[in-house]
Amino acid sequence: MSALITPELVDLELSASDRRAATRALAQRLCDAGRVTDLDGFLDDVTAREAQMPTGIEGGIGIPHARSRHVTTPSVAFGRSGPGVDFGAPDGPAHLIFLIAAPTEGDADHMTILAALARRLVHASFREALSTAADPQAAAELINREVSGK
Amino acid sequence: MKLVAVTSCPTGIAHTYMAAEALEEAAKAAGHEIAVETQGAAGATPLDPAVIAAADAVIFAADVGVRDRERFAGKPLVQASVKAGINDAAGLISQAEQLAAAAPVGAGALAPAAESAGAMPGWNTTVEAGAGIGTRLRQWLMTGVSYMIPFVAAGGILIALSFVFGGASIATKVNGGTFQGHTYAAIIDPTKILGQVGFAGVLYFIGSTAFTMLVPILAGFIAFGMADRPGIVPGIVAGLLAVAVGAGFLGGLIGGLLAGAVTLAILQIRVPHALAGVMPVVIIPLVTALIMGVIMVVVIGQPIASAQHGLTHWLNSLSGTSGIVLGLLLGAMMAFDMGGPVNKTAYTFALAGLASGNLEVMAAVMAAGMTPPLALALATVVRPRLFTAAERRAGEAAWLLGLSFITEGAIPFAAGDPFRVIPSLMVGSAVTGALSFAFGCTSRAPHGGIWVVGLIGHPVQYVLALVCGMVISAIVVIALKTLRKPLPAEERQQAIVPARPGAVVAA
Repeated sequence: MSALITPELVDLELSASDRRAATRALAQRLCDAGRVTDLDGFLDDVTAREAQMPTGIEGGIGIPHARSRHVTTPSVAFGRSGPGVDFGAPDGPAHLIFLIAAPTEGDADHMTILAALARRLVHASFREALSTAADPQAAAELINREVSGK
Repeated sequence: MKLVAVTSCPTGIAHTYMAAEALEEAAKAAGHEIAVETQGAAGATPLDPAVIAAADAVIFAADVGVRDRERFAGKPLVQASVKAGINDAAGLISQAEQLAAAAPVGAGALAPAAESAGAMPGWNTTVEAGAGIGTRLRQWLMTGVSYMIPFVAAGGILIALSFVFGGASIATKVNGGTFQGHTYAAIIDPTKILGQVGFAGVLYFIGSTAFTMLVPILAGFIAFGMADRPGIVPGIVAGLLAVAVGAGFLGGLIGGLLAGAVTLAILQIRVPHALAGVMPVVIIPLVTALIMGVIMVVVIGQPIASAQHGLTHWLNSLSGTSGIVLGLLLGAMMAFDMGGPVNKTAYTFALAGLASGNLEVMAAVMAAGMTPPLALALATVVRPRLFTAAERRAGEAAWLLGLSFITEGAIPFAAGDPFRVIPSLMVGSAVTGALSFAFGCTSRAPHGGIWVVGLIGHPVQYVLALVCGMVISAIVVIALKTLRKPLPAEERQQAIVPARPGAVVAA
């Protein structure tokens, strides 16, 4: 099973004016890595989900996500933004952005990994560690390690 | 304190789990035990029923319907969005604490809920995540119907027995009025019924009292199916008012749906923590009951009253038309809302006819009122697979109710699937009404059904008219139910569960 995230899927200096641009930049990375087959199709699915309810979470987090038929492998792309990007959370913009991509027909193991990621996001220590990760390699390793429960 | 929670969100890959984790952390921080069921894409592992039973309070952090919420019925419940579960888990935990403290010791599942979890698996309270609005609507209605059926059966059979033992005059003797030239005064004090009318009168009084709860229970538990516990008060109030304004079961059905919607809307309002404790006990019941009351009395009640007036006027203007046309019309009216305003108008028209010596109208109206429960009883026997277990049980009682001219026996079926059932019943009852006129049947009794056959003119033809309408309605309802999309596998499975424990399960 391929890792949930690789260094190529991390952008520690994500520059984006709004959530659309931020999501597109991260989705481009998933596309380049071959984990998403159709960039625009996938973005449509994410936008549809975002329209139901903004995915900003208190504590400076944005989690745009979708289950989409354009996704081949359950993946997350991670972006860090100093100025922050508004994801509709009541307490301000998101500095840590996780674009979560799930296939429509994912098996339970894959879904469990995504579930584990979601659970880790709630912990301040995890967010703290990601805020200070030195390079994409470190951030990806941290995420993969935490979701595997080791 | 022991807590249980369910989290769910539209996509089922992120918020569901974040809310679960946040609730677990917040509960731990507050020194409570919590078990969370995540109804997400990774599949839900249902909570152990023993854990639910032991829980002091329940938290739903969910943006889509909680699956099998029936399991939690009767527990103090905090209902919030999945985001509130993430952003304000500690607040939800403290609300749960306050609710649990306010709840009676040993608050557990409501008796009917416990029953439905065990012996009666036919209740469709499961509102599935992502289910279409049509499916959900049906599930809400079926929730109300499932709680109403025992009232129909108990009340209806008691009334039927009172006719069997006390004769057709029993209702008039208790309620007052004129029967076959004798005028009876209504008995105001129920404790005097036994002495003045006898035990059959008591049976009638118990049965009709149970019947007064039919519509309130239907409306209350439709709202319960939609909004859980907070829905019960506005739903029951709406149902009581539907009865008071003469809106019948269709009024109660609409009232229940509106009550559920109003409650869900009010639950969305976020309030300061200081107020959160009194919300479920005082503010939500007060506000929702007030809103529903105004809707039922002012918005729904007045148009119904004037419509009823107009219908009566129109019926009177029809005197002189052919009896068969009048029979068709009155028959269809009797089956339309089974005790509601249209049915009442037709019945009152027949009562007026009886008072002025026209016995044919009453015969047609009574026959048309007997057809609906009989037709549905027949349909449940001929095609059991088209009905839920609860409906089939209602079908068993419907034979007796139909024979006794207790049209309400058909309400559970009509409330669960109005657009198929009501037209089917109207067709059969219209035929029965017309045939009764065509055969020249008469009735000198205003109620009593088959038990007053001695007061019916041309009884053999009368029974023939009944059987024709019954068979026609049964055929139409079976056809319409067969044509609809197949039931989801899960429901179909429920539908073939044996009606009684101990019955042999067909392979």
